[in-house]
Amino acid sequence: MSAIQPITMPKWGLSMREGLVAQWNVAEGAVLRVGDEIAEIETTKITNVFESPVAGQLRRRIAKEGEAIPVQGLLAVVADAAVPEAEIDAFVLAYQAEFGTRAAAAAADEPQPELLTAGGRALRFLKLGEGDGTPAVFIHGFGGNLNSWLFNQPAVAAGRATYAFDLPGHGGSTKAVGAGDLGALAGALADFLGACAIERAHLVGHSLGGAIALALALGEPARVASLTLIGSAGLGPDINMGYIESFIAANRRKEMKAALSELFADPALVSTEMVNDVLKYKRIDGVEAALRAIAGSAFAGGRQAAVLTARLGELAAPAQCIWGTADRIVPVEHAAHLPASITVHRLAGAGHMVHMERAGDVNKLIDAFAGA
Amino acid sequence: MSRKTYRQAVSEALRHEMRRDLRVVIMGEDVSGGLGAPGEQDAWGGPQGVTKGLMPEFGRGRVLDTPISESAFIGAAAGAAATGLRPVAELMFVDFMGVCFDQIFNQAAKFRYMFGGRAVTPLVIRTQYGAGLRAASQHSQSLYPIFTHIPGLKVVLPSSAYEAKGLLIQAIRDDDPVVFFEHKALYDDEEEVPDEAYTIPFGEANLTREGSDATIVAFGRMVKFANQVADSLEQDGIGCTVIDPRTTSPLDSDAILDSVAETGRLVVVDEASPRCNMATDIAALVAEHAFGALKAPVRMITPPHTPVPFAPELEDAYIPSPARIEEAVRGVLAAKR
Repeated sequence: MSAIQPITMPKWGLSMREGLVAQWNVAEGAVLRVGDEIAEIETTKITNVFESPVAGQLRRRIAKEGEAIPVQGLLAVVADAAVPEAEIDAFVLAYQAEFGTRAAAAAADEPQPELLTAGGRALRFLKLGEGDGTPAVFIHGFGGNLNSWLFNQPAVAAGRATYAFDLPGHGGSTKAVGAGDLGALAGALADFLGACAIERAHLVGHSLGGAIALALALGEPARVASLTLIGSAGLGPDINMGYIESFIAANRRKEMKAALSELFADPALVSTEMVNDVLKYKRIDGVEAALRAIAGSAFAGGRQAAVLTARLGELAAPAQCIWGTADRIVPVEHAAHLPASITVHRLAGAGHMVHMERAGDVNKLIDAFAGA
Repeated sequence: MSRKTYRQAVSEALRHEMRRDLRVVIMGEDVSGGLGAPGEQDAWGGPQGVTKGLMPEFGRGRVLDTPISESAFIGAAAGAAATGLRPVAELMFVDFMGVCFDQIFNQAAKFRYMFGGRAVTPLVIRTQYGAGLRAASQHSQSLYPIFTHIPGLKVVLPSSAYEAKGLLIQAIRDDDPVVFFEHKALYDDEEEVPDEAYTIPFGEANLTREGSDATIVAFGRMVKFANQVADSLEQDGIGCTVIDPRTTSPLDSDAILDSVAETGRLVVVDEASPRCNMATDIAALVAEHAFGALKAPVRMITPPHTPVPFAPELEDAYIPSPARIEEAVRGVLAAKR
């Protein structure tokens, strides 16, 4: 095959406009497989490893290290060794010439978060992908929002619809949380599935979102095709209450940066933009009360109120756990007490936000599990 | 969340707080328009249309058109604040402070202190400032340093639509007198602004850009210019931290000192006249507390010490420009020490 394939700047999250190629991990001439780590890309939010979306010989690195490239801008060219250099030159010229129109068209039909009403609550969600595959639904953790899944949702959206939504009290959803306990939040998830006419879904939950997914899988097994629980709550009594309290209390940049640093194994991943985004959310009327209500119910007395480990044998759906071994919020030790039917993937050195820190690995695990 | 102008952001903040708290009232010249006259009602909504639509929703009892007498209505607002209301008074142009300054600096600013902490004065004075609209020297000044000088007043300079909404809601909920400076050249600037009410705390600077080569501290409209300069310099590999202090009183000194400790180079951009303005204040702060960190003399980019000119060419030359800011940043980077 002589096709020439472009590798272009990925789009991680709604607000990403460009990325900086911090480092190339492969040299020209290397033969790439899909999923090989080819470069480190730095955005205003976070730095992450970029995995090759295509296979073939890396013929040309277009972007230089330290160069900022717009989303969909050309990073590199992959082609068979037989393709002459002149053809590659022509391909690059043509791509760059068309790039403006292509980028404008892509920006115009870029998916945007939407609002729906489910069980009387306004919930914000982002839908990506279409297809016959069983849909996947992503549930973020305490204090997060649908953007927590910026590296994951697009990677799982081939051949199926995927939904990430904001829990009550979070993001662009209602700030009314009711009792704020696991039952109320699992009810919101059930209502969300109903409002989107999703009969059955693969659930991917992080932290508190994992406990919510688990509660739904136990309560309404017919609606859950599989469970991927990431740094999940609901599997043991411990929770870093110092983090929860400092996150709720922080309304200034320095305090918030210190709090968020606990989420990552590498605190350098906490960018100013990430801190500003969280502060913008925290400043909205009703958010602090909502977070206090949820923390007061779900983590009463500094312990997880709902430990569902004893009921895991009842699970009808297959379940897997993914945990960063350096998780400072929900300890990886909780994974030691799970039944053998649940596969546990421990990712060495990753923190609580393992799905951001090690997105490539986590995406492969989700995709393989949901595809099986 | 949707894109809103600075004008809409200010208006939304007022509407949120008037709905939330019956004690919030608005007063000023033509804040609605038409009181006592047979003609069109609510024709104005202030000179920028910010308060238009509030009178039909909240009534004449809460949106008060006042006589053209700043001394009377600013004084009335201060008294109303001390006795239980939360008035938002509109001083059309800050240049008119001269006729009502006793009510502000010697009355409102002193109540809490003179009554031993047993009185609060939740007064907000919204006012327009700044050059660029061909409004001549009596309608174009940037007089915020004068208010910053007075203990007992809080002074706010929102630099964008998002900032304006959150800072105004904070100002209305604050129990001290707040002077809220709206730059008249920013009213049509747009950005994403949440639909919900939210507050931005006073005394917490915003870092709108981050870089390790130089620090630019800028106020109000000058933040926008500083951001443009930082973006342009970034293309040349020069990284600037841009600090928007948001409030000149209280001032987030730590943010400025921390940044200068990292970069060692400081440019302050201030649209106020150059003597005794925020630029001199911050230069002094850094000279006193971070002198050892400085790798170059501090540069202050300000207008010249003249009235704001009326001739368009002269007015344009008067206002600190992105080009002058960029030249100053390149200058501090070139300095050898």
